[in-house]
Amino acid sequence: MTAAANTNPGPLGPTDDETVQKELLRFLESRTRTSWLPDTDLFGDGGQSSLFAMELVVHLEKSFGISIRGANLRLENFRTVTVMTAMVRRLQQAAGAQHG
Amino acid sequence: MTSTPRPTERLVVLGAGVMGTGISTLALGHGVSVILVDTDPDQLARAEHGIADGLRLAQLMGRLPADTEPGTLLTTGSAQHVAGASAVIEAVTEDAALKARLLAEVSAAVRPGTLLISNTSSIPIDELADAVARPADLLGTHFMNPPSLIRTVEVVRGARTGDAAMAAVDDLLGALGRERVVVRDSPGFVTSRILHPMINTAARVVQQGTASVEAVDALMQGCLGHPTGPLRTADLIGIDNLVDSLLVLLERTGDESCRPCDLLLDKVRAGTLGRKSGAGFYTYEEDMR
Repeated sequence: MTAAANTNPGPLGPTDDETVQKELLRFLESRTRTSWLPDTDLFGDGGQSSLFAMELVVHLEKSFGISIRGANLRLENFRTVTVMTAMVRRLQQAAGAQHG
Repeated sequence: MTSTPRPTERLVVLGAGVMGTGISTLALGHGVSVILVDTDPDQLARAEHGIADGLRLAQLMGRLPADTEPGTLLTTGSAQHVAGASAVIEAVTEDAALKARLLAEVSAAVRPGTLLISNTSSIPIDELADAVARPADLLGTHFMNPPSLIRTVEVVRGARTGDAAMAAVDDLLGALGRERVVVRDSPGFVTSRILHPMINTAARVVQQGTASVEAVDALMQGCLGHPTGPLRTADLIGIDNLVDSLLVLLERTGDESCRPCDLLLDKVRAGTLGRKSGAGFYTYEEDMR
């Protein structure tokens, strides 16, 4: 994966925090058939499996045109919608600063 | 004092299906190079993607050792690489005749003393030992899927398995960061003997209309602490493989609870085999098989 992949804004185009959060809550509800609050731990007691975490990684990369690698690829970054939103925005801004 | 190479020196994995792919991922993530052999080039191509995804999953879950360069993967359709192997893990379809035939070929090609492993969920090792030149070199492992996330491995010592092979598998599993539990040889050993009839019963409960797939898994998870639920586990195992294993158990134990129920057989006929085919009891996103 090259850095150039980060310049693709993804199907949702440039986003703000609210768009990212809304999209994540929608995705979670459709995949788990449960509604989630932005700060609920998705992987806590009786929560989602590790394979679902990987599904989230792929979904975030595809939807927001980011590449989640190296130190970012940690379960801690996927625990809640709020945490994921922050990571998506950080990676988008880093890609924008690099190439924009 | 011994000239026997460490089992990790030249590890060969036979069969690039779900388990061959998963075992390769585990080894590579622990810095062990792998030669992955399969006669089907499409299967090898799928395995390469599966390994890349599996390594990311293992990293995501913090299950890879720090500061370890991944091993090198070589995929090949030719079994000629087996000759120089330091250990061979056979992970082809759960079919006793097929496994026996392949192990016989491998056993004839490797140096005496080379660790031979059959990764089987149900076939007795001593039955497979009849096919090989040196039964002392052969033992069984039953890795769970995905091997890089599940720390414990069931190790099966056949009646004729030698001490050297048991020591070699300890060395191998130690290098892969796994813990092992050694059990005696028997159809389905421990895990499949208990789990497979349970999954079959879970499917039968759905078939009878007692509860939905989701309800069965929710109860087994929420009330009984099963980590994924039996039907999600079936999807992870692969329903074709599950049915093959149930038939192995039924033939060898006569236990009717191992006779695959119609719902499982229907899913195999329809090709909805679980996660690997995109749908089984549940459906999966294309990229997440």
